[in-house]
Amino acid sequence: MDQSFHAMGERRRNIVLSLCLAGLLLACCGYLQANKYEYNYAISIIERSLIYAVVAVSMNLVNGFTGLFSLGQAGFMAIGAYVTAILTIPTANRPSVYYISGIHPWIENLHAPALLALILGGLAAAACAALIGIPVLRLKSDYLAIATLGFAEIIRALIAAPMMDRITNGSYGLKSIPGFSSIFQVLALAACSIGLMVLLINSSYGRMFKAIREDEIAAEAMGINLFRTKELSFVISSFFAGISGGMLAMFMRSIDSKTFQVSLTYDILLIVVIGGIGSVTGSVLGAFLVTAGREILRFFDEPFFLGGVQVPLFRPGFRMVIFSLLLMIVVLFYSKGLMGTNEFSWNSICRFFGRKERKKQEGRVPHDGAK
Amino acid sequence: MEPSETVADVLEMQSVVMQFGGVTAVDELSLHVGKGEIIALIGPNGAGKTTAFNCITGIYQPTSGAVLFEGRNLRGLSPDVITRLGIARTFQNIRLFNNLSVFDNVLIAMHLRAKDNVFSATLRLNRKEEARMRAETELLLREQDLFGLKDEIASSLPYGLQRRLEIARALATRPSLLLLDEPAAGMNPQETQELTDFIVRIRDQYHLTIFMIEHHMDLVMQISERIYVLNFGKMIAHGTPEDIQNNPEVIEAYLGVTEDA
Repeated sequence: MDQSFHAMGERRRNIVLSLCLAGLLLACCGYLQANKYEYNYAISIIERSLIYAVVAVSMNLVNGFTGLFSLGQAGFMAIGAYVTAILTIPTANRPSVYYISGIHPWIENLHAPALLALILGGLAAAACAALIGIPVLRLKSDYLAIATLGFAEIIRALIAAPMMDRITNGSYGLKSIPGFSSIFQVLALAACSIGLMVLLINSSYGRMFKAIREDEIAAEAMGINLFRTKELSFVISSFFAGISGGMLAMFMRSIDSKTFQVSLTYDILLIVVIGGIGSVTGSVLGAFLVTAGREILRFFDEPFFLGGVQVPLFRPGFRMVIFSLLLMIVVLFYSKGLMGTNEFSWNSICRFFGRKERKKQEGRVPHDGAK
Repeated sequence: MEPSETVADVLEMQSVVMQFGGVTAVDELSLHVGKGEIIALIGPNGAGKTTAFNCITGIYQPTSGAVLFEGRNLRGLSPDVITRLGIARTFQNIRLFNNLSVFDNVLIAMHLRAKDNVFSATLRLNRKEEARMRAETELLLREQDLFGLKDEIASSLPYGLQRRLEIARALATRPSLLLLDEPAAGMNPQETQELTDFIVRIRDQYHLTIFMIEHHMDLVMQISERIYVLNFGKMIAHGTPEDIQNNPEVIEAYLGVTEDA
């Protein structure tokens, strides 16, 4: 609308900066990939972070942008993970995977390429979300959280149930899942998933989600169908949770029902809260911080000697204490998370470094008469 | 009701009863609002005025009785459907989308006429629709003198402007009937006078019918064609502003105890 030369120059600068950053990141990944035996550990941290970023953004879509306190993410990830795993385990390896109780004839020869399997996993999660959304989305706040948390536990219990042995291999889990061949696969999948969610959030439907978050009664009075719009957000979020579950299965190469315990939902919630509820870039940042933070704090688990005396606290498990403490500090002092509801933007970075004179200094109307 | 030779009724309430447990908030309320009229609903606090509005807009389903909008029974319809039919409202305690910009507040209300779906919106295949909605939002904001504030966060606006924005947002749904719930609440006499002119202006400009709840008697007496008076859920009087001002029952129930007005 009212774009001056100034704004256009700013836009061009932002595009150039974004391309530079993307190029730099790709070059880093390329370097890691080229020396993948040396940087095995770093690559696995980045891959896990990317997968968590996808599920964190999907959780943010429901919690941060639509205002629904849903804690079912681990359940939807489990569905995506198992569908992906069942469809991608090479048929030749299946007898050895299902060696205890045999494989169900329906899925014995069912096979799909990884990408298709991931999408099917996402669709399966979305279908489950659509079904349970009908009763559950009528609940508000804490009640919704309890119901969705319960749902996730039911999924986990179902997967581990003896009746499902011939499909999910019960408590033994699934292994021999073909993994990613390069970090770029994970990067591309995560970028596509997050990109689509960002497009959605910034679309007219994203605006309706935000309207519901702000005020349900007003949103309804503006002609927004509450149930249908909430259901839409819930289903789409679950679709991407399912995709990230499938990615997690491919990343870990073997999964069992314990992978998808409540603690997984807790981890994701943590990422969302640390990053900022209602900020996509916050969630991505949070995913990297939490995943990497866990690993970096590992030295707290190893014996530590101070002046020849072993400090008693330094033993396996201690890093989680430190980690939780750090979290409490973050929540206490940055209760809105690192990003609040803001998004990363070059404009704010530049403003932060004071390169641009503050253009919004004297406010509003005078020079917006472009059209 | 026999077909009247005067203007057709936009809104008609027929013996509407609204009970909450043992409490009857609205008791056998019957009224009608004709096309293009400005009608006021007045009464002491707790008389059931807002409850009556909530019965019209589908937030509550009346215990018995019927609400007709342009001859259509609204029973069982949800608030969003009723808005789509052409009834827009504002709220007693302003309900804006507080953390969104002025522009987005109005833009969201434009969406009910959009022909798009979640895929076309996400993949930006709805550019034309989006451009149309934005253009209409810009036009409406300019008409309402709010365009200079388009990027402000709704909650940061001063109170009077928040009221104006809420009315602008309601207008964005293209209503034929506008329900205003205490539009002048918290306004000083000068602001109230501005609002009075504003209401008449938007009625003429957008061909609206206006039904409002209001406590400021200056405003009510100046612009209402007819007034309904509620007390304890029952309608105790109905008539032109002069009738109401001279009605002893109203004076006793309401005007007599009004502090200043």
